[in-house]
Amino acid sequence: MSRLLTMKDVWIEGRSDETWNPIINGVDLHLDKGEVLGLIGESGAGKSTMGLAAMGFCRDGVRISKGSVDFDGINLLKASAARKRALLGKRIAYVAQSAAASFNPAHRIIDQHTEGPVQHGVMSKSESERDAMELYAKLRLPDPENIGFRYPHQVSGGQLQRAMTAMAMSCRPDLIIFDEPTTALDVTTQIEVLASIRDIVEQFGTAAIYITHDLAVVAQMADRIKVLLKGDEVETAETRQMLSHPKAEYTKSLWAVREFKRPQKPAVHTSATPVVSVQGITAAYGKINVLHDVSFDIHEGRTVAVVGESGSGKSTTARCITGLLPPRGGVIEFDGVALPLDYRKRNKHQLRQVQMIYQMADTALNPRKTIGEIIGRPVEFYMGLKGRDKRRRVEELLDEIELPADRYIDRLPSELSGGQKQRIGIARALAAEPKFIICDEVTSALDQLVAEGILKLLARLQDERNLSYMFITHDLATVRSIADEVVVMKDGEVVEQGPKTDMFRPPHHPYTDLLLSSVPEMNPDWLSTLLAERGIDNIGDAAVGKMNQE
Amino acid sequence: MIITEKTRTGEYLSTVLKIILQRLALGLLTLFVVSILIFAAVNLLPGDFAQAILGQGATPEAVEAIRRDLGLDQPPITRYFQWLVGAVQGDLGNSFAQANFASFVGADSGNKASVAAQIAPRFWNTMFLAGVTALIAVPFSVLLGILAALYRNSAFDKFANMFTLSSISSPEFFLAYILILFLAVLNPVLPSLSNIYQGMGLGERLEKTLLPALTLTLVVTAHMMRMTRAAIINLLASPYIEMARLKGMSPMRVIVRHALPNALAPIINVVALNLAYLITGVVVVEVVFVYPGIGQLFVDSVKIRDIPVVQACCLIFAAAYILLNLTADIMSIVSNPRLRHPK
Repeated sequence: MSRLLTMKDVWIEGRSDETWNPIINGVDLHLDKGEVLGLIGESGAGKSTMGLAAMGFCRDGVRISKGSVDFDGINLLKASAARKRALLGKRIAYVAQSAAASFNPAHRIIDQHTEGPVQHGVMSKSESERDAMELYAKLRLPDPENIGFRYPHQVSGGQLQRAMTAMAMSCRPDLIIFDEPTTALDVTTQIEVLASIRDIVEQFGTAAIYITHDLAVVAQMADRIKVLLKGDEVETAETRQMLSHPKAEYTKSLWAVREFKRPQKPAVHTSATPVVSVQGITAAYGKINVLHDVSFDIHEGRTVAVVGESGSGKSTTARCITGLLPPRGGVIEFDGVALPLDYRKRNKHQLRQVQMIYQMADTALNPRKTIGEIIGRPVEFYMGLKGRDKRRRVEELLDEIELPADRYIDRLPSELSGGQKQRIGIARALAAEPKFIICDEVTSALDQLVAEGILKLLARLQDERNLSYMFITHDLATVRSIADEVVVMKDGEVVEQGPKTDMFRPPHHPYTDLLLSSVPEMNPDWLSTLLAERGIDNIGDAAVGKMNQE
Repeated sequence: MIITEKTRTGEYLSTVLKIILQRLALGLLTLFVVSILIFAAVNLLPGDFAQAILGQGATPEAVEAIRRDLGLDQPPITRYFQWLVGAVQGDLGNSFAQANFASFVGADSGNKASVAAQIAPRFWNTMFLAGVTALIAVPFSVLLGILAALYRNSAFDKFANMFTLSSISSPEFFLAYILILFLAVLNPVLPSLSNIYQGMGLGERLEKTLLPALTLTLVVTAHMMRMTRAAIINLLASPYIEMARLKGMSPMRVIVRHALPNALAPIINVVALNLAYLITGVVVVEVVFVYPGIGQLFVDSVKIRDIPVVQACCLIFAAAYILLNLTADIMSIVSNPRLRHPK
């Protein structure tokens, strides 16, 4: 195979606080025609920056300070802006992480699709429209002849992501950069997008750089995997070899994350009073009912994981329990006593017992308050501590979450990493000394290693204080590692619930089955096997055939 | 499929119609409140018409007689409602200054004296000047804003910013005299007096209006140009702009096709505010060029306490503001594809 892209000793810097800081430190990368390279690493590893550099492109405030990028004999770092524009979109295309944000809201999908081919002079507008419809069919989009004439907001996230892949294909480029194209999607949608991307890349023999932080995903897509850590290359190897024999310690640690699992606790006595009992909750936003008769119990010292796709009503249930969204009907009991449904009618003791940790620690912490003030507020409000007592208590709490008090107490949230911010969120919840904590997707925004640290911390705190957790997540790996019981939700209803061990053992409710089987596995053959099992292989081609007949 | 598209469009039209009607009703309410404010403010003006017109010969009896003739002896609330009822029916009352006092005793007040007849030609002159200015200024500012965004931080951008800022910061009469100096005195291409009259041909009218229109263009450009530039630059960090660049689109196309349609709402709002200014705030320019617009009439009427004319002018100004803001609101709503094409 012939060489398509060669990046040699690439150094990239980003500007912040008036100085240039290194992002990529002398990384080499090469790609043959038709080859798929997986680029993985945690956030901040420089994956996206590297991917964009492969297009000779830097975001504002970023520069390539050294090295060379050679695409099919063209030096992208020396080429003129016009010369590069002639390549971008036509021979090198890009698929962004969030299709919803990367499609222009002001134009129809198909007009954005045809823009590239028409402006680059590859096809006429009508040819390109016809081609778009065929690509939509190949990518298994519903109603391929009409879907393009919608505006981006009229189409779901998974469909948009496929439309964006189609758009990248519009000029039949030699190389596509996929920048986390499935990260924002539910597992069930992710499968469809992955399968579509893989099919179409194989079919047109397009080379690709596939950027992701999810090892199992990259295992399905890539021929070769390159691991990045803080701008340095850790190792590169063929996919199968990398999975079976990772060399570097860092790579091994990435692999190990998914192995954290705590033993399931014995089932509680049936006569025990649950800490929280949700009974027949119905809730609505405006006129639209979003929860229908939701019931489950959470016992002392246990973790109940609530799983489901986005829009299934997980977070709404949490809002009902906290009283932020008073349910239309049903009862919420705490230690066997019914709680007022509206949080405004609950007394301080009742409020104190139910605490919450949020998904986005960034937005949940006041950026203008120091860590000491953030944690001190509930200490003062609920426990009535002031002055030196308050400070001592805050220091204890920081100790609990494994952040040295003397170093962190006077810092602002912006000076902390994502994982540290999430720990502050935990400390703030603990400050009220509750019996019950709702964790709403607390690890979703974090890298796997950091997430594991948070999960271990939560597990330890639970053991020490006999806390009860309601753990909202869409990630079944997380469920596997920490849940005692599982509640599966779909469209505002509970479709299945029971102990974790039962949940991961067949027979399941069909929806649970779909969720479980959709979680990518490390096995590189997993996707092919699954698609064959589900009988959805080559549906795309069948759809094109059908369309052409009509 | 076709049916659903049609129903969608139908739903959309009815939503937009509903919004328009709602805003119109709110606009009327605002106008009503403003009318109270206007009436109160005008009546708080020191001095009165009878005193002003009689000057030295203002004996208490004569003042009293004129006040009675004009209805100024009535309590303010009665006068307000008389005025309001008249205004709603399109009768803005009679001008004090043009009145033949004897006629108040008799039946016929004469057409010349009605406020409407006095304001109408002036109003159309003002609209004409505002229209000509808008036709020059709006495209010019938006284009300048687009170019400034395209070549941001370049010498051109800095020059455009400096030029528009210094023109908005200079007094209007100063700009007017500079333009007169260059375009009427040193190079006599345009007339420096804009004394237009009824029955004048369009060409001549345009020629005479051009200099005040250019002066006003200089005054309103800065605001609109800077908003256009800022609204576009604000969007340049969005992922869809990055996407357009990564598709190899030219910088001009990225800005005009990808950024501008999403930046319309704030631009439309600033344009509307400036258009309202062109109708209500151009008295200085009118005076310099002797342009017979509504602004001059307004100032003259205040000077001689011709209350009905002052009130009518204020009401027209308020209505212009409300109507233009309403139009801006509706246009920014319509420019949003999420509303134009609901799910």
